[in-house]
Amino acid sequence: MGKAWKFGHDIDTDVIIPARYLNRSEPEYLAAHCMEDADAGFAPGVKSGDVIVGGKNFGCGSSREHAPLAIKASGVKAVVAESFARIFYRNALNIGLPILECPEAAAGIEAGDEVEVEPASGKITNVTRKTSFQAMPFPVFMQELMAAGGLVPYVRGRLKNA
Amino acid sequence: MSMTITEKILADHAGLPEVVPGQLITAKLDLVLANDVTGPIAIREFTKFGVDKVFDAGKVALVPDHFTPNKDIASAEQAKLMREFAREQQIEHYWEIGRVGIEHCLLPEQGVTLPGDMIIGADSHTCTYGALGAFATGVGSTDCAAGLATGEGWFKVPESMKFVFHGTKFQPWVSGKDLILYIIGKIGVDGARYRAMEFAGEGISALSQDGRFTMCNMAIEAGGKNGIIAADEKTEAYLKGRAHRPYKVFASDPDARYAEIMEFEVSEIPLQVALPHLPENTESVEEAAGIKLDQVVIGSCTNGRIEDLRVAAGILRGRKIHPEVRLLIFPGTQEIYRQAMHEGLLDIFLEAGAAVSTPTCGPCLGGHMGILAKGERALATTNRNFVGRMGHPESEVYLSGPAVAAASAVRGEISHPREVVGNG
Repeated sequence: MGKAWKFGHDIDTDVIIPARYLNRSEPEYLAAHCMEDADAGFAPGVKSGDVIVGGKNFGCGSSREHAPLAIKASGVKAVVAESFARIFYRNALNIGLPILECPEAAAGIEAGDEVEVEPASGKITNVTRKTSFQAMPFPVFMQELMAAGGLVPYVRGRLKNA
Repeated sequence: MSMTITEKILADHAGLPEVVPGQLITAKLDLVLANDVTGPIAIREFTKFGVDKVFDAGKVALVPDHFTPNKDIASAEQAKLMREFAREQQIEHYWEIGRVGIEHCLLPEQGVTLPGDMIIGADSHTCTYGALGAFATGVGSTDCAAGLATGEGWFKVPESMKFVFHGTKFQPWVSGKDLILYIIGKIGVDGARYRAMEFAGEGISALSQDGRFTMCNMAIEAGGKNGIIAADEKTEAYLKGRAHRPYKVFASDPDARYAEIMEFEVSEIPLQVALPHLPENTESVEEAAGIKLDQVVIGSCTNGRIEDLRVAAGILRGRKIHPEVRLLIFPGTQEIYRQAMHEGLLDIFLEAGAAVSTPTCGPCLGGHMGILAKGERALATTNRNFVGRMGHPESEVYLSGPAVAAASAVRGEISHPREVVGNG
């Protein structure tokens, strides 16, 4: 269980991790500046197990994988949003950052609410408000990808069997 | 079955007679691209696959263009890591400073991207190559690494949206940039999310190849998976002397199916400006006129091509930049830089009081070479005006084409070019 950090629509990857920090790629370094331009209190305040809640088109803009890497290294357990931008969605799955598309949850969770997320089942519970939500299920292929632990182990397995 | 150009290229590379939107496919790649920001992570992930060599050293492009010439020690280390990988793997398409350019200007110019190709790049503006009739899409570093290792990628076949531009009577100075900003203003920054954006019609045929690159470049700013324009005689002319391998030209079937078709009259589209902090916040230049500027940037993978520099020079010739404005000009490649020099454009820029830089992505992403201070305002021919995009989170970026940018640099405020040169 963790605290919800709420953001609006069209949260772009420049805001998630500004380009001025892209001269390095260590996840911990990136995490120290995660969401800096949207909420300067996020990086110092976020705790392991917390959840980011976004509006529509979360992760739009640049293809920088530094964005989901920064979020994951900050300790965030999952990102719940009304919808995700395409490249961010792929990147998050590939590196093993759970993301859940659920407009009802995005609307029904406020900043600071205590939230429990079960990425495998897609169940999202707002403990503070005693409500629960069901995220859209992942297509079968992506479930396999996640079960393998991300794209690298998935492809490594395929290369070995080829 | 009838298919769109996007579906045909995907089917061709998946070895399938046909594909339909929503289908998951594995497709063979003609090119895998990374730059000095995304490359180091891709290389780190590549080493985890248990293979020694990239799938084909002739089908990989590594372009050090973002933080180069190296802005500091950290970025120099990243560039070094990619350089060493390129040497060790004998990557064919790798360039050093002095030869390198902005990736999406450089690769088409060097004939590395061709019609009918299937391209992934660890850079969101990889969609630029769709202007040659290729399928090209941006991915992250891990997808890029998998492509480097296997020469394949998995894709969900996107639904296509068709944007038809009728007529050829463009308003003066209206360019590909205005058409794409106009579309984004209509459909929003997620209006084409997960979809292919296909541009067609007389208006697109009338557009130069450079203008088409600009349009496909910004497909991602509407959330598009790819932007695409079927190759025609202008494309063939552009490729002459550049293409060194055979290529396939695809076109949509007349009865291909689209999720949505939008039609526009080009004569009704005025010069566009996108206001902070999203590319969808578009207005006509008349509506945005009068906003005071500290900096103007002309260049980038969106508008750093020779046509863009010619348009800017046409307005700046014999004029001076406003005393309180800094104008920075970034030709997209060394070839464009040299062409601009031969045509006397650089003289015009220097005479006007502009700074002309070696090709780099630098200021577009707030990397280096023109960062904004708190409260400063820039007009740029680049592609994004997000919060903090070009520097301080409390700075502002406005987007336009090169004509409005050059005119505004002269006047010190957002201006229609006719305010500077009359009715052109």
